[in-house]
Amino acid sequence: MRQSNTYVIVYSAVLTVILGLLLSGSAQILGPRQQEAIALDKKKQILGAVISAEEIAAMTPDQVNEFYSKRIASSVVDINGQEITEGGVTAEKVEIAKDYKKPADKRAYPVFIYHADGNPDDVESYIFPLYGAGLWDAIWGYIALDTDMNTIGGITLAHAGETPGLGARITEGEVQARYVGKKIFDESGELVAVQMMKGEGKDYSSDEHKVDGMSGATITGNGVNNMLKAYLGHYEAYIKAKSSSTAVAGL
Amino acid sequence: MSAETIEKALEKKPAEAMLSKRRRKLVADPLVDENPITVQVLGICSALAVTTQMQPTLVMAISVTFVVALSNFVISLMRNTIPSRVRIIVQLAVVATLVTLVSELLKAFAYDMYKELSVFIGLIITNCIVMGRLEAFAMGNKPYDSMLDGLGSALGYSWIILTVAFFRELWGSGSVFGIQVFDFLSGLIGPDFHLATNGLMVTPVGAFIILGLIVWVQRTKTGYVEH
Repeated sequence: MRQSNTYVIVYSAVLTVILGLLLSGSAQILGPRQQEAIALDKKKQILGAVISAEEIAAMTPDQVNEFYSKRIASSVVDINGQEITEGGVTAEKVEIAKDYKKPADKRAYPVFIYHADGNPDDVESYIFPLYGAGLWDAIWGYIALDTDMNTIGGITLAHAGETPGLGARITEGEVQARYVGKKIFDESGELVAVQMMKGEGKDYSSDEHKVDGMSGATITGNGVNNMLKAYLGHYEAYIKAKSSSTAVAGL
Repeated sequence: MSAETIEKALEKKPAEAMLSKRRRKLVADPLVDENPITVQVLGICSALAVTTQMQPTLVMAISVTFVVALSNFVISLMRNTIPSRVRIIVQLAVVATLVTLVSELLKAFAYDMYKELSVFIGLIITNCIVMGRLEAFAMGNKPYDSMLDGLGSALGYSWIILTVAFFRELWGSGSVFGIQVFDFLSGLIGPDFHLATNGLMVTPVGAFIILGLIVWVQRTKTGYVEH
C-alpha cells in the first residue's frame, strides 16, 4: 500500500500543501520586518554618501531613522529635471533596480537633499542614486555632490555578486574615499564624470577626473565608470538647473 | 541499514540515556574521525566560498547546523511514511523549505549578514552533507539519534570552516572577526614595520591550500589512510 501509485500521489500533494503553507505563513509573518530592514538599509546607504561608515555603524536603527527624517528631504524628478508629483510617488519607494529596465527617459529619478538640521533650505549636499552592471551582476550606489554641483562630497557603492577581494572592494571605505573632492564637469562645462583607472597604486591627486583603480578588478571599475557617466548624465538637467540657480543666488 | 535499528522486542530494556556513550559517539565521531569535510570530503563548495572572513562563516556554520539537525529530525520522524520512489524528492522538499525559512529569518533579523551571504544560504540545499546524512542515517534511525548525528556532522563541518576562515581572514586581511590584528602587531614591533597581508588567501586558491594543510595535519594525527 505504501508504494502504490495512489499513496505516492496523495503523499506528495499533502506534503506540498503543508510545506507551501509553512513558507507562505513565514513570509506573511516576517514580511513587515523584512521591509523595515530593507528600508533601513537603503537609508544607511544614502546617508553613507555624506557621513562616515563608522558614524552610521554606531547608530541604532531608531537613530538612523531619526537622523534621516531630520536631515534628508527627497523628491523625484524626470529626465528633464522636472519634479514628478502625480502618482503619489515618493523617492524612498522608487525601486531603482526595477526602473533600470525602462528606457532612460521613462524612469523616475529620486533626489535626496542633505540639509542642515531643521532647515530644509540650508542644503549641504545633493545625493543621487546610481545603478549599473558590474562584472557578474548589478552594482549600485549613491553619490553626493556639494552645492557647487560639481565636486563629489562622497560616494557609497554596493554590489550583488562581485568577486570578494576583487570587484567587491568597491564597498571598502578606502576605495570610495578616492572619489571625494573629484569634479564631474571639466573646464568647458562638459560632463566628464570620474574615471577609475586600470591598475592600483598610482597617485591621481592632481587629476580632478581620475581615481586610482583596483588591482584585478578592472571590469568592475569600468562598470562603476559607466554607471557614473550614465546616471550623472540622466541627472544632468537637474544638476545644471540647480547650479545655475545657486549661481544666481550667490550673486 | 545500520545495526542500531534492530529492536530487541522481547527484552524490556531501560530507556537509553539522553547522552549515552553511543549517542555521544554520534556527535563526537564526525568531529575528527568521520569529519564530513576532511575525511568524507563533502561540502567543500561552501568551505571555499564563504570562508574569506570569520563573521559570515559563523553565520553559515549556525545556519548549516540548524538545517542539518532539524532536517535529520524531521525526515527521521517521517521515515516510515515516505514512499521509496519519491524518497530523494521528499528529502529535498523538506531541506529546501528549512533553508528558505533560515534565509527569510536572516533577511528579517540580520539583514547585513543576509546581504553578505546572499546566494550561499540558498546553496545549503545543495550541500552534500545535508542529503548525505539524511540518506545514510536519518532514513533508518530514530528521530533523536538522527538529530544527534546531524548535529555531529554539522559541528564537524563548522569547526573546519571556522578554522579555514580564521587563517584566511588573518593572513588575507590581517584581522580576526573584523578586529585588526596585523596593524596591532606591526605597531608593537616598530613604527616603520608593516606586516603585509597575502592576497592569495582571499581567493579560493588560499582556501584550497589551507584545507589541504588541515587534511594533512589531521590524517597524520589520526593515521587515517584511504583505501
